[in-house]
Amino acid sequence: MTNNIISKLEQMGCRVGQSLAERFTRDSPRFGSELDIIKFICKEFWVGTFKKQVDNLRTNHLGVYVILDSRFKLLTHMSAGEQYLESAPKYLAFTCGLVRGALASFGINSVVTAEVSTMPSCKFQISIPKT
Amino acid sequence: MARQGGRATDPRKVSQELFTLTYGALVAQLIKDYEQDDEVNKQLDKIGFLFFACRGYNIGVRLIEDFLARSGIGRCNDFRETADVIAKNGFRMFLGITPQVTNWSAAGDEFSLIMDANPLADFVELPDDHNQLNYSNILCGVIRGALESVQMAVDVRFVQDILKGDNQTEIRVKFIKRLEDALPAGEE
Repeated sequence: MTNNIISKLEQMGCRVGQSLAERFTRDSPRFGSELDIIKFICKEFWVGTFKKQVDNLRTNHLGVYVILDSRFKLLTHMSAGEQYLESAPKYLAFTCGLVRGALASFGINSVVTAEVSTMPSCKFQISIPKT
Repeated sequence: MARQGGRATDPRKVSQELFTLTYGALVAQLIKDYEQDDEVNKQLDKIGFLFFACRGYNIGVRLIEDFLARSGIGRCNDFRETADVIAKNGFRMFLGITPQVTNWSAAGDEFSLIMDANPLADFVELPDDHNQLNYSNILCGVIRGALESVQMAVDVRFVQDILKGDNQTEIRVKFIKRLEDALPAGEE
C-alpha cells in the first residue's frame, strides 16, 4: 500500500518535472553534455522550482550524481527534530519524480533516490545507467 | 513573464509553476484512480475541505489557523463581510488573485465569486471527454472547509468555468446555517 502511494507520488512528480523542464528550457540552446544537463537541474531548474540553488553537487564521473540541498524547501515546514524523519521519504518521492521527469525530457533515463539524515537537509542521488 | 528576483525572499514559497503543475498532476491522478468526472469533483472538494478543516486528521497545520494568524482578521459581522474577506484576503493570500463578489440573492444569503484569472488552470485545456469535470473544484472544498472552521455551514459549487467554454469562472456560495458547539474534540 505504502509503496503504491510512493510510486504514484513519484509518477506525479515525473509528469510535473517534464513540464517544468520544457518550460524552463524554452529559450535555451541545446545542452552539450550530460554534466551540463545536471548543472541545469542544480541551477535554473532548482531556482525556477524551489527558488534557490542546490548547495552541492558531486559526481563519480561514472553516471552517479549526488545533489545536496541543505535547506530543502519541501522539508522546511516540518519539525527539524527526529520526529518526522521516518515519514520523510513520503515527502520526497514527488521530488525524486520531479528530477527524473526533468531528465527524461532531455532524453536521459535515470533512477533518482533521496536520503535525509538531518532535517531539513536532503541528498538526491541520480544514477544514469550507461548503455 | 519575467520572474522578479525580489519575490524569492519569502522562504515559504516555491514557484507558481510548481504549484500549478502539481495541482494538474493531482487532478490527472484522481482521474486515473476514479475515472468518473463527478467522482473526481467529489474527491477534489473533499481534499480542499481537509486543507482547512482537518479536524481529527493528523495532517499538519490547519490552514485556517495560518490564515487567521497571518491576516489578523477578527470576527465578521455579517455574511457580506465574510464574502469580502474570502475574496480580498483569502483568495489574495493563497492564490494571489481577488475575485469579484457579486450576484447577491435578495435574502443576502447567497453570492458569487467571479474570477478573471485562475492560477490553478493556467496551462489547462479540458479534453472533450471530460466535460463534466470541475477542474478547480478543490476551491469549493477549500471555501466550505474554511467557513466550517469558523462555524458556518455553506454550499459551494461551480456554476461557470472558462475551461468549459463559459465567459467567466463563477463560484456560487450559499449560506446554510450557523454551526453551534463545533469545537473539535480535545480542544477547549
